[in-house]
Amino acid sequence: MSKSSISEPTRGFKWIAAILVAFYSLVTIMPLLWIVATGFKSSADSIAYPPKITFQPSLEGYVNLFTTQTRQTKEFMAANPPKNWYEEIVHSKGMVIAGPSRFGERFLNSTIIGFGSTFLSVLLGTMAAYAFSRFRVPLKDDLLFFILSTRMMPPIAVAIPIFLMFRAVGLSDTHAGMILLYTAVNLSLSVWLLKGFIDEIPREYEEAALIDGYTRFQAFYKVVLPQAATGIASTAIFCLIFAWNEYAFAVLLTSGTAQTAPPFIPTIIGVAGQDWPAMAAGATIFLLPVMVFTILLRRHLLRGITFGAVRK
Amino acid sequence: MAKIQIKNLRKEFGDFTAVEASSFTIEDGEFFMLLGPSGCGKTTTLRMIAGLELPTSGEVVIDGEDVSQMPASQRDIAFVFQMFALYPHLNVRKNISYPLHSQGMSRVEIERKVADVSATLEIEDLLEKPVSGLSGGDRQRVALGRAIVRNPKCFLMDEPLGALDAEFREHMSDELLRLHNKMKATTVYVTHDQLEAMQMGDKIVVMNHGVIEQFGTPQQIYNTPKTMFVADFIGSPPMNFLNFQAKLKIGTTKIKLGNQTVDVPELYQETSGNTVFGVRPEHVRFTDNTGYRGIVTATEYLGTNQLVTLDTANGEIKARISSSQKATVGETVGLGFESQKITLFDGKSGSALRSALNNDGANNG
Ligand SMILES: Nc1ncnc2c1ncn2[C@@H]1O[C@H](COP(=O)(O)OP(=O)(O)O)[C@@H](O)[C@H]1O
Ligand SMILES: [Mg+2]
Repeated sequence: MSKSSISEPTRGFKWIAAILVAFYSLVTIMPLLWIVATGFKSSADSIAYPPKITFQPSLEGYVNLFTTQTRQTKEFMAANPPKNWYEEIVHSKGMVIAGPSRFGERFLNSTIIGFGSTFLSVLLGTMAAYAFSRFRVPLKDDLLFFILSTRMMPPIAVAIPIFLMFRAVGLSDTHAGMILLYTAVNLSLSVWLLKGFIDEIPREYEEAALIDGYTRFQAFYKVVLPQAATGIASTAIFCLIFAWNEYAFAVLLTSGTAQTAPPFIPTIIGVAGQDWPAMAAGATIFLLPVMVFTILLRRHLLRGITFGAVRK
Repeated sequence: MAKIQIKNLRKEFGDFTAVEASSFTIEDGEFFMLLGPSGCGKTTTLRMIAGLELPTSGEVVIDGEDVSQMPASQRDIAFVFQMFALYPHLNVRKNISYPLHSQGMSRVEIERKVADVSATLEIEDLLEKPVSGLSGGDRQRVALGRAIVRNPKCFLMDEPLGALDAEFREHMSDELLRLHNKMKATTVYVTHDQLEAMQMGDKIVVMNHGVIEQFGTPQQIYNTPKTMFVADFIGSPPMNFLNFQAKLKIGTTKIKLGNQTVDVPELYQETSGNTVFGVRPEHVRFTDNTGYRGIVTATEYLGTNQLVTLDTANGEIKARISSSQKATVGETVGLGFESQKITLFDGKSGSALRSALNNDGANNG
């Protein structure tokens, strides 16, 4: 390694780096900010040209997102004055609320399927990874390669067979079917990632627990799991991001009961053309769970791996 | 407290044999040393005693009970790992009390035991600290605390001082011995450091390439090595080896070394061909009434002693003599040997020839 690579960077260099990072962050976060802002615009503001940077914020998009509306006669509207703030927003457009929209259900589906498959992928992945890491499994290398090989082709390449299989066994448009599918896709990643993490945990910790009178399974969940927290957290985030954002299978395999948010959001079409604020509001809400999940697990990601107690 | 018998214990990893059929007995309360160079199978042997590794064949008998196939958690032994293996997510107190929780002991009892142990080891101040910030010595103490807190049948220690700084090692080894003398618990201690083994052990097993070379007290192993490997591994500097050709009969007391006659302990075994004359440096002295000569090639001053390296007709030899004696590089001097301390080895097999010195029968491994 050359000398300069380990010496402290100069002040000027640091400034240039900071500016580049700031610029890059701005570029990447811009579309996101634009979506969040659009969600709070009125319909007119959202399609104004030139685009508006400052505007009168409105919750119209969110109200449209969560409700279905119909046009009513003036007499009906006069006879039924708005009872609360969101009815008032709808009234001001000359409409009334007919009922809740499907967005709530779809969002709930996304949550059940996303978190359900993440939980299963991580649970099964951790146990498989532990077994591969610690025991003499026959044909271990071949099995590991086989598991990895399931990722070598894009999952969507087998969309048609999966579609037919799901239809044959009655898994089409069910929560169980989608959880199964996403778990199957994520599991190989989960096993490989977690095996790497568990390999790094010295065996002596579990052996100490075995000596201290604990069973192998107790040693696994009392000693190995806390040590693997970093790996489990990052694996869970990867799995959730995939399952949460997955679009192609969701379009193909779900249409009603089990439809997730990604295929639903683009179908939000207002009475008078595309309802951009409602779609942006949907996208904003859709972003939140992964963000919150990541922030909650951040402590584990940043804590790093505490191998301090064993000197290597 | 326990007596441990190892009977024909053997371990293979695939087609590699890490431990060849070995047998020895560790008496109750003994401080027992497993000594050998790195990779010779010490850790594997210890892990088989602990139950962390199942033997390919053979038996481990603790207090008369064959535990060879029993899981570690049921053997009631404590293990101090080479790198301590303290639970990194628990603080010192929890680390020490961890083995007690598995026994379902009451809170009050656990509290009391942890207090006792931490007082013995003088680590009361550390109890609430995380283990990651501890110094090597303190980690060592916590690891010991975790081992002694539940009064196991025996302690197994895998190079417990290996991870410590040299200056601290001596201090910790004193502390370990003090603890052992107080608790009188059977201890099996693995080390590759012959000095440590000689200083601390009641008995020593010397291993090489998975084979037990010798088993006995430090004195037996030092004075009457059974193989050239042991003679070379033990002692610093090691035993001198002078090669010569001979045809010796039972009852021989004199041999020919470089045309000079040298006295040796009475031989109980005949031999012929390549033979090795083994003598410890402190049993070599300078003398004028001998024809056996060497040229001084180096001297090393060690305070009251000095170590003199010489060239002889049969190879290089080191002598540990008083510093008051004069030794000049390039000078030729006469060499005498303390005849009753000589061990002869068969040059081919490397084993010691039986003689009046080593035939007391007490050191058969
Ligand atoms: N789990 C294992 N699989 C294969 N070989 C092993 C395993 N454990 C130890 N060995 C081998 O067995 C030999 C003895 O190892 P070990 O008992 O750790 O030696 P020591 O503790 O004396 O240094 C070494 O050559 C080592 O590579
Ligand atoms: Mg070892």
